[in-house]
Amino acid sequence: MYKVKVTIKRRPSILDPQGTAIEKGAENLGLTNIKNTRIGKFIEFTVDINDKTKAKQEVENYCSKLLANPIMEDFEYTLSEWTPSEE
Amino acid sequence: MAKFGVVVFPGSNCDHDAYYVLKKIFNCEVNFLWHKESDLKESDVIILPGGFSYGDYLRSGSIARFSPIMNSVIEFANKGGKVLGICNGFQILLEAGLLPGVMLKNKSLKFVCKDVYLKTVNTNSIFSNSISNGNTLKVPIAHGEGNYFTDNDTLNELINNDQILFKYSSKDGNVDDEFNPNGSLLNIAGIINKDGNILGMMPHPERCCDPLLGSTDGKKIFSSIINSFIN
Repeated sequence: MYKVKVTIKRRPSILDPQGTAIEKGAENLGLTNIKNTRIGKFIEFTVDINDKTKAKQEVENYCSKLLANPIMEDFEYTLSEWTPSEE
Repeated sequence: MAKFGVVVFPGSNCDHDAYYVLKKIFNCEVNFLWHKESDLKESDVIILPGGFSYGDYLRSGSIARFSPIMNSVIEFANKGGKVLGICNGFQILLEAGLLPGVMLKNKSLKFVCKDVYLKTVNTNSIFSNSISNGNTLKVPIAHGEGNYFTDNDTLNELINNDQILFKYSSKDGNVDDEFNPNGSLLNIAGIINKDGNILGMMPHPERCCDPLLGSTDGKKIFSSIINSFIN
C-alpha cells in the first residue's frame, strides 16, 4: 500500500485571479516583497496496490483523468510505502 | 415532435426550469434522466442543466462527467445526438471533452447574476436557426466560473469552423470588453462542436421563455432545436 501526495498547479500560461487578489492582501499587510502568488491544490490518498509500477499507473490515471484538467493544470506526486497502522 | 431528456445530477438546480419550458411552453415530451441511470429514454435531445453538480467539488463539472448517465450521453453525442449544456452543463461538456477548452473563475472573482445581451455569431446552426441575423438576445447569466479559456490553436479552429455561436455584447450587438461579464476569451458565451450537434452556453435560455420572467428571447434557442427536427 502506498501513500500518495499530489500537488496540482495551474499552468504558467493561465491567469490566476485568486492569486492576484491574495497578493493584494500581502501588500496591505506590508509584505511588499511577495510576488507571483499562485493557487494550487494539495490532495492526498492511499493506493491499495503493492506493486509500485502498478500503483503509479493507478495514480497517474487518477491525476490525469480526474484530479487535474490537463488543459489548465499540471500535477506532480510523491509515493511512499504506507501501512494503515502508521496513522 | 422532438423528445427531450433533462439530466439530473445531485446539485442540478435548473433541471425543473428546463423541464417546465419544454413541457409547458413548447408542449414537448420531456423526461428527467437520473445521473445513476444509463437509459436515455429514447430522447432526441439531451439537456445538461445548470446548477452545482456534486457541489462543484474539485472543478465544476469534473465529477458529473464520470456519472453513469454521462457515458450514455457521450456515446449519444458522438453518434450525432443533439446535446445542449447550459451553465454547469457547459462546464460538464468541457470536462467530458465533448467541447474544447476550460472554464476559469470569473475575472472579477465574483459570482455574476444579471441579464446580458448575446450576439449570435452563427445563425446557421441547429441551435440558432430561428434567430434573425443582427438581433441580440437578452438572457440571464448566473455563474462564478464562466471565464472561457483555450489555447490559441483551438481558438483559431473555433473561429474558422464557425463554432462560436454566442458572444456577450451590447444591446445593439457591439462585442467589446465593456460587455464581457467574466473575462471570457473573445467574449465567448456559447460554442458548438465541429459537427454542430453539441452546444454549450453559460447564459440560461430556460430562464427567459415565460413572459412572466421579463424576456422570452430564450425561446428562440429551443425553437431552433425543435425546428431542426421539422426542416
